[in-house]
This record gives sequence, C-alpha cells and structure tokens, in this order.
Amino acid sequence: METIQKKAEEGITSELALVQAAKKGDLEAFSELVRRYDRNVFRIAQHITHNEEDAQDVVQDAFLKAYQNLEQFQGNSKFYTWLVRIAVNEALMRLRKRRNDRTVSLDEDVETEDGSIPREVADWAPNPEQNYGTSELGDILKKTIQGLSPGFRTVFVLRDVEGMSTEETAEMLGLSVPAVKSRLLRARLQLRERLAKYFKSQKGGDGQR
Amino acid sequence: MKCTEFLKELTDYLDGKISDNLRIELDEHLHWCHECHVVMNTTQKTIEIYRDNKLYELPEDLRNRLHQAIMNKCRDSKSGKKSTH
Repeated sequence: METIQKKAEEGITSELALVQAAKKGDLEAFSELVRRYDRNVFRIAQHITHNEEDAQDVVQDAFLKAYQNLEQFQGNSKFYTWLVRIAVNEALMRLRKRRNDRTVSLDEDVETEDGSIPREVADWAPNPEQNYGTSELGDILKKTIQGLSPGFRTVFVLRDVEGMSTEETAEMLGLSVPAVKSRLLRARLQLRERLAKYFKSQKGGDGQR
Repeated sequence: MKCTEFLKELTDYLDGKISDNLRIELDEHLHWCHECHVVMNTTQKTIEIYRDNKLYELPEDLRNRLHQAIMNKCRDSKSGKKSTH
C-alpha cells in the first residue's frame, strides 16, 4: 500500500516537474508529457468524434494548444485534467463540424429517459464476451457505445474506461458532480440494455431452463 | 425498497461509494429481487467488458508520426513567438 502511494506521489511530482520545465521552454519535458498521455487523448477523441482523422487532429491540436497556453496552467488541477478538458472541447468542435450541427454538446439528449428503465432483464451467459472473436467483439462494443449521445459516452469513457474519479470527470467536462453522476448511471444502463442483445444467455427461451 | 429506488443508487453501489446502512438495504433488496440482481450484475459486466477491451488503441507507427508532428508544431510556435519579440 505504501509503495503504491509513494509511486503515485512520485508520478504527480514528476508530472509537475515536467510541466514546470516545459513552461521554462524545455521542449524535451513537453515531449515526455505528450508520450505520457497521447494514447489516452487519442482514445477519448475517437470515442467523441467516431472518426480517426478527426481524432488525430484532436491529438495534435490539443497538445499544441496546451503547449501554447502552458503559462495559463495554474497547477491547481493535474496537467492531465487540464489537457483532457482542452481535448474534449476540440473533439466536440470537430463533431459539430462533421455533423454540420452547432448544437452538438455534452447536454444533448440529457432529458430522455430512453434506456434508463431496464427492460431487458434476462441474465447474460457466463463470460459472454468469449463467444466472440477479438475484432468482432471490438465492433460490437464500438457500435454500441457510438449509439449513445456525446455527453453520455464521454462521461462513461472518462469514468469507467479511463478510470477518472467523478470529481475529475466533472472538472474535465465542465459539468457539476451530480450531472456527471446522472449521466454515468444512464450511460451504464443504456449500454447494458444494448449489449444484452449480444450477451444474453442462449440457454432455452423464457422459463425453459 | 422499490426497484426504482435501487436503480437510483446503482452507480454508487457499484462504485462502492455508499454508507454501510444503505448497502445493507440495497443488499436486502437484491436478495429477493431477481430482476435488480440481473441488472446489477450485467451492468457490472458491461463496465468490465469496456474496461478490459480498450477500444481505439493508438498504433505505434501512427503514434510516432503524431508525436513528430506535435513536436514540430510546438517548435514552430516557439520560434514564431521569439521572432515577434
């Protein structure tokens, strides 16, 4: 336990040290920050935009903006939190452009109750993902999460895939903690409802075990 | 406890962020409500599947290209800044 905590502290310290060095113009330090977070930023951008070209642009522009605005980074939050906030805004901007819809936002569809009341209550097969090959499973998971509104899928990805806390997610998205919580619940329930189609237990029909 | 009340607490329950008293109430509900039990289990499984099968891994060659492009842009923006002073 102690070592984990120590390691975490070291991680934070060295992130801060890298940021401070980068602020002073050390490009190598910034390069290290890019290496540290580029995979996460790419994944988040892909989930929001659904478009690889856009996601690549988001990665480049988010890091460039972070670099250019490093002076404004106060160090009250983690660098990563600040970076993801920039990346999410860039990704939403590209999604709006691609859809030609300026109203695309994290608040979209937030009032719908769709999928929030479970209808599918049949149990799933044990380890249902093992019934699919890796690429087939990947396609199912992508297709399913893409069906969620941007606000729901972004909250789910940050909280459940990237492992951020509710508070960090709220800060990254500029949402309140209760707003993150309600979106997370509905995102989880909607995904569950949609995945049931693929993962339901195949044994017999209703009541025929 | 009604199923709707259970559902409201589902996220905190799965994240282990509830008081002991509430947990006891929720566990009791789960004990007799098969449907909520299935919803809880399959929601947990949903989270695990997405967590364990990370989508959109960045391929190493693309990663290197992006890194190069980012660092070039940063360098350019830095020298651009300098020349304006």
